[in-house]
Parts: sequence; structure tokens; C-alpha cells
Amino acid sequence: MTPKQRNTLIVSGMGFALVLPFIVSNPSHQNYLILVLMFAQIGVAWNILGGYVGQVSLGHVAFFGIGAYTSTVLLVSVGLSPWIGMLIGGVVAAFFGLLIGWICFRFKGHYFTMATIAVAEILQVLFTNWEGVGGAVGLYVPLDQQGWWAMVFNSKLPYYYIALGLFTVTLLANWAIEKSFLGYYFRAIKDDPEAARSLGVSLTDYKLVAIAISSFFAALGGSFYAQKELFIDPGSVLVTSLSIKMSLVTILGGIGSLFGPLVGSVLLTGIEEATRQILGGSGMGIDLIIYATIIIAVAIYYPTGILGWAKRFLRRGKKAEDGA
Amino acid sequence: MNKLLVVDKLGKHFGGIVANEDISFHLDAGQIVGLIGPNGAGKTTLFNCIAGFYPPSEGTIRFLGNDITGMPSPKMAHMGIARTFQIVRSFGSMTVLENVMVGAMLRNKSVSIAHERASDELEFCGLSSRASVPASDLTVAEQRRLEVARALATEPHLLLLDEMMAGLTPSEVQEAVGLVKTIQKRGIACLIVEHVMEGIMPIADHMIVLDYGRKIAEGTPAEISCDPVVLAAYLGE
Repeated sequence: MTPKQRNTLIVSGMGFALVLPFIVSNPSHQNYLILVLMFAQIGVAWNILGGYVGQVSLGHVAFFGIGAYTSTVLLVSVGLSPWIGMLIGGVVAAFFGLLIGWICFRFKGHYFTMATIAVAEILQVLFTNWEGVGGAVGLYVPLDQQGWWAMVFNSKLPYYYIALGLFTVTLLANWAIEKSFLGYYFRAIKDDPEAARSLGVSLTDYKLVAIAISSFFAALGGSFYAQKELFIDPGSVLVTSLSIKMSLVTILGGIGSLFGPLVGSVLLTGIEEATRQILGGSGMGIDLIIYATIIIAVAIYYPTGILGWAKRFLRRGKKAEDGA
Repeated sequence: MNKLLVVDKLGKHFGGIVANEDISFHLDAGQIVGLIGPNGAGKTTLFNCIAGFYPPSEGTIRFLGNDITGMPSPKMAHMGIARTFQIVRSFGSMTVLENVMVGAMLRNKSVSIAHERASDELEFCGLSSRASVPASDLTVAEQRRLEVARALATEPHLLLLDEMMAGLTPSEVQEAVGLVKTIQKRGIACLIVEHVMEGIMPIADHMIVLDYGRKIAEGTPAEISCDPVVLAAYLGE
């Protein structure tokens, strides 16, 4: 794909995303679109650390949860607008990420992943027993104020555009990182840490940079989720399955690639919603079986994800053309 | 002559195993020094201590007058010591050019400047035609030259080359010899661990011979090639 073709694709994709909710007017379908964008956004956030630097975290829900709790607690207690609460939540999560990274980057490979799971589990237990932030009961977003400042709406439409905006901002940040020296250093660390060190790259320093950025953006997703659902508790914003989903949308779509999480989210959220609707609440977990089968198939046949497969497919097509 | 690298009474133990003991030598700016010895003589251990891959157990290493003993390898790179690896370690998901850009970013974080610097180094190492190829697609000889280009891009004063000629064909060895000579012309000193004698003997200004973790001889290539101690170590008595 030439840069010009790619730009055309991105601009038309953006245009399409802007008019999409007018084509899809059914609120439950609009809700699906919001979920796709939300999971794509936190997937991009996860990808910065997991995909580019290769530090697979399965405890990223901790940052998501910190974002959700920070903005909601600030809204409930002092009436602070979630827009500001969201940014504060991002900063708090980034500092928490630095602390976790400072401890957990001592562990290599799988041990790092296990340590992140432990951190998220601890946080979930902690919040469940912390009465000051609602404990196991959770927190409700007050509904007395509505509109843009309070980020509370009656219709799905504004949520869709906020999700789209957040996704775009996160994607732009990721793009800027990819184009800068950080992108090169991140990939070097993932490919061969010892060689990267020999070229003057301090592994700990750059892994900390990555986790701070990654957790900041994951927290923004958490604050958004709280405003969309109007209710949070440890079982919804600090649950392990959410950590897994962040990584899955990325791995499925294409790990370490800019648009991988979006592709993965469209598919994964799509499968989830479709199986749930077709099989209903009585699906008895059949949706999860289908879900798992697809993930296993991708892992076996397309380890570079759907985007990696598509790229190879396009290249092969081009070669065939050149040959003819 | 100003001394670039001074190794003094260096020792390295792994538990009860002594890999290096009481090794002292120095290296002048712009000099090519060959480090040879039979298998298991402790060459790679010495090399890794100087490159900052592990801290020595005893002794000191001074570089440009600074004590750098036990400094981690990223700091060594900042000081001006670059290395290549015996078993090539290229960034497989990146192109040849991008690999070298990572090296160039040590001195300047601007991507466009790194791009320029990397292109120059690829030209210097004769890899320009392979710039946009994934690094994993290169032949062994090309990957070795890529490692050299990447190390040179960090603008070192001292280049540590770990068996860059192992497994190369005779003509590839000659190309590698030519490359080391042109590196020296740029004023960069080289410390070369090598098994391929026809590769190292013609270019080294000075040779250091290790056996059983100790320095057993040093001198010009001509001197050490007729040193009875060295011959005994290589051929056995």
C-alpha cells in the first residue's frame, strides 16, 4: 500500500466513522459501536507496552479501574467534571504504572506477566474492601446534572463521539511514538534486549516510559466506561477478564501494529455480541466456546494477527501482478 | 601515545570456576589489538567484562582515563565502547537500515538525522543495496557487517569485535579484513577476539594470547607466532 492510498483509506475511514451512527440508529447497535471503539482504544493503550515493547501485561485492568474510580470518586465527592477527573485518573494511573513497572520489570518474560496478574488481583480485593470508595457495592454516577460538562447523556450518540475522540487521540499518540525514536527503541527492546543494551538503550528506563504512557491511556478508557455505564464496582472495572480482552483484541488484530486493536475489537466484540444475541442469555457459555475457537485458530494459522495476514495476502497479490 | 583502554589485574570467577585471572594490558587510540587463545581460554569472558555485560570480580578497567569497572553496557555505549556479538543479534522485525538507526539514535534522537547517519554507515560497510531488506533475510556474512554498521553508528572510540570472521568463506574473511582496516583509518580502535588466524594476523598491531584464563604472551603478530609458550598452548606439548 502506498502512503497516498493509506491516507485515502484513513480519511475515508474517519469520514465513515463520523456518519456511522446516523446509518445505525438502533440504540443497541449503537451501543455495540461504542463498545468496539472503547475496546479498540484500550487495546491501543495495551499495545504500546505489550505489542511494541513486548512486555505482556495481564493486569492492565488495574489502570483501567484506577481511571474509572478516580474520575467517579472525584465526581461523587467534589462534583468535579469527569473530563478533568479523567485526566487526573490518567496521571494517577501513570504514576501507579511507574511504581508497578519499577517493581515488576525485574521479572523477565512470563514472570512479568504473572506479576501483573497478581497486582490486578490485589487491587480488586483492596477496592472490594475499601468502604470509602463504595466497597463491594460500587459507585453510582450522580444523574442530577446532564450534558457535556457532566458527561452524562440520555442518548447513545454523544458517547459514540466521545469514544471515537478518545480512540483517535490514543491512536495519534501511538502513531507519534511509532514515528519517533521511542518506537525504534521499543521494537529493539522487544526484538533483542541485549543488543539494544549494547547500543546504549537502558531497558528499565524505556520500559517505564512505555508503561506510563500505556497506563495513562488505559485509565482514560476506564473513566469513559464509568460515564457510559453510570455505575462501577470492582466486579466490572477491576475484573481479570477485561485485562485478557485488552490483550486479545490486540493479539487477534495484529500485535505491535497501529490498527491491529481496532480490527481485533470489531471482530471480537462482534462475535461476543452476536453469539450473545443469537444464543441468548441461556447460551450457557457457547459464545465463549466460539470465541475461544477463533482465538486458537488465529494463534495457530495467523500468529501475526489478522492485519499481518492481510498484509501478506496483499503482498502476494502484488507479486502475482508483477509476475504477470 | 595516549592510552585508550587500560585493563589492570582483571579477574572473573563464576562460583569456583576461574575464567579470567590477573589479566593486564592496554590499548592505544586507533590501535588494532587481537585477542586469541585456545577454546575455553577466557577470551569471551574478558571481552564481556570490557563490554559491561558482567562486572569483573577483581581488577579495574579504565577508559579514556575514567574508571569504568562494572559499568552496565548501556553506559559503556555512551562512553564510546561499542560491540558486536559472536552469535549475531540483529533486530529481526526491522529492516537493515532501521537496525543501524537504533545505533545512531544514541547520539541524536532525531529520526531524520539517525536515518542519514545510518545510511552513511551502511554505505561504509557495503550494505547500501540491502538497506530496506528485513534484517533476518541477510546472509551470515551480511549480518556480521550489519552488526559492525550498527556499532559504528553509535560513534565509538573503541569497537569490540567478537569473532566476526567465524564461519565465513575465505573471500568473505578478506572483505572483513578490509573493513577492519578502513575502520582503523577512521581513528577507531578495535579489540578483536578471533579464531581465524589468517584474518587477524595481517591486521593486528598487537596481540594478546590467553590460556586457562591467564595472559600467557603479548607482542606483535610476528613475535607471538614464534613464541614457544604460544605454540605449546596451541599445539600441546
